Amino acid sequence: MNPRHAAWGVGLAALIALPFVYREPYHLHILVLILIWSFAYTAWSIMGRFGLVSLGHGGFMGVGAYVTALLWNHLDVSPWIGIPISMVAAGVLALVVAYPCFRFRITGHYFVLVTLALSGIVLQVITATRDYTGGSLGYTPNRARSGTGLMALQFDDKTTWYLIALGVWVLGLLVWRWVDRSMSRYAMEAISEDEDAAAAAGVNVTAEKLKITLISALMTALAGALYCQYQMFISPDTVSGIAVSLQMVFAVIVGGLYVSLGPTVGAIITIMLAEVLRIGFGTKAVGWDNLVYGVLLVVFIIFLPKGILGSVLDRLKTQPKPSGTK
Amino acid sequence: MQGFLDIFDIYLLEAVVNGILLGGVLALLALGLNLIFGVIDVTWICYAELVMIGMYGMYYMVQVFGLPYWVAAPFAILLVAALGAALHYIVIAPLLTAPPINQLLATGGVLFILQSFATVAFGIDFRNLGIRLPVLAIGEMHFSYSRLLAFVAALVGMLAIYFFMKRTYTGTAIRAVAQDRQIMSLMGVDTKRIYLITSALGGALAGLAACLLVLQYDVHPFVGLSFGPITFLICVLGGLGNFVGGFIAAFVFAQIISLGGLFSDLEWGYVLAFAFFIVMMFIRPAGLFARRS
Repeated sequence: MNPRHAAWGVGLAALIALPFVYREPYHLHILVLILIWSFAYTAWSIMGRFGLVSLGHGGFMGVGAYVTALLWNHLDVSPWIGIPISMVAAGVLALVVAYPCFRFRITGHYFVLVTLALSGIVLQVITATRDYTGGSLGYTPNRARSGTGLMALQFDDKTTWYLIALGVWVLGLLVWRWVDRSMSRYAMEAISEDEDAAAAAGVNVTAEKLKITLISALMTALAGALYCQYQMFISPDTVSGIAVSLQMVFAVIVGGLYVSLGPTVGAIITIMLAEVLRIGFGTKAVGWDNLVYGVLLVVFIIFLPKGILGSVLDRLKTQPKPSGTK
Repeated sequence: MQGFLDIFDIYLLEAVVNGILLGGVLALLALGLNLIFGVIDVTWICYAELVMIGMYGMYYMVQVFGLPYWVAAPFAILLVAALGAALHYIVIAPLLTAPPINQLLATGGVLFILQSFATVAFGIDFRNLGIRLPVLAIGEMHFSYSRLLAFVAALVGMLAIYFFMKRTYTGTAIRAVAQDRQIMSLMGVDTKRIYLITSALGGALAGLAACLLVLQYDVHPFVGLSFGPITFLICVLGGLGNFVGGFIAAFVFAQIISLGGLFSDLEWGYVLAFAFFIVMMFIRPAGLFARRS
């Protein structure tokens, strides 16, 4: 067992133990939000690190959240079944949009614009079906009768949610690591360098890209559904649309696109920033957090494209100290 | 039954004509985006937000400072043109050698900045000019003058760009740069200057669109989202950088939105347009009018 694994194990044990020794509800709430969004950002980075920049993830997240909530409210389908259904729905949507894109070599700008339109359209659909989804006023899943909280995946207890979010976050990191160590990673890196050369070398370009996109979309839908179950309120603006997509991109870029914990660092920074602004300015803060996000995004892309964590790790690596890991 | 069909046909015709009128403004937006893409090889995700700022400019000049519409419009166009040049100078220019995705994401950051700037500075209320142009009635069909004006002005704007590109030295230089970036800087064309002029032109087109759209729609910080995505779809379908393709695709999309809106809500028109777009991607992936290589 090398020191790297030990550090991960100790860190994880500390995170699991945390809610049993520290119970301040507000701080736990922030931690749950950070974990859920970290998972969503990790999902985005699984695609984004290979140059597949999608601005459609707001759409997948919206599908995850709304399908789960609608199934529960209208058809009494438990989220335990509803969440997998919503993930399948998001996956199908991802395949329908991504297949023609990949099959016909729609890359770069084109791909970004198509996915951008996708998240815009999901927002429009949610708004248009206001009879069912509440439109832009938002939507609340029905409260479960007392005693059936587990079946309805509704818990009042912050500790439970913290542990669920932690589990999902770890799952996200494991998927990231699994992709990082799979053949797909080499295939995708080859594809992002030169599609024709990769195809000539025997990489099934379309299939590899679809695989990564599907994994990413499924995870994003799961994040949306969990966010909905935790907050018990969703609105088109908080779980779908271009703003959410850009928020994901922003957090990942700030944290670091090419390192596993980058999206988590991004989530910590963005959520803390939003909270500090909210507490500092109160209701006057409406808009200020996004203004700061936007400025930071531009500044980061210009001056620090590898993100905070990525740049710090680079700095550490270039130091002469020989290290046994990696 | 016969009476029902008559009414239906009139509405249908009205929707078709309104679709053509809407197409003019969409074509204007697509032209601006295509111009930027064709010359600088950058996509401004925040293009619709520039329009939003222009609409606020019009609102403040007309409603708050009491300028007549015709006086305010040139100022709004200049304002957005300056904004476009500033966007290029501050954000795009330092990123010209960066990967294209970074440039695109940086303009995404600008989208955030403009939206939240508008929220902070102007609030989230819906505002309008308070100008209500009369409605033109032909038979039983009704067309608002604001749409007719928008259509005509959009066409005039596009013609002006066309002649500028074809007849002036700067226009020729812009077209040359669009064809080959490296060679033209060797030929003594100052590409930095050309980029700045193109950005200002793209901004001016957004400003013109803002002057026309503000007559028809209320302005609020997120108004860009209601026509931004559709503009991107138009540009991709027409082929990014392909002016003629973008022009025709704009009218196709406008028809779909208008006819879709006839049968259901306007939002469903957008959804239909997107579905159409996905289908077209299967059939003509490189854009409607891509030359087969």
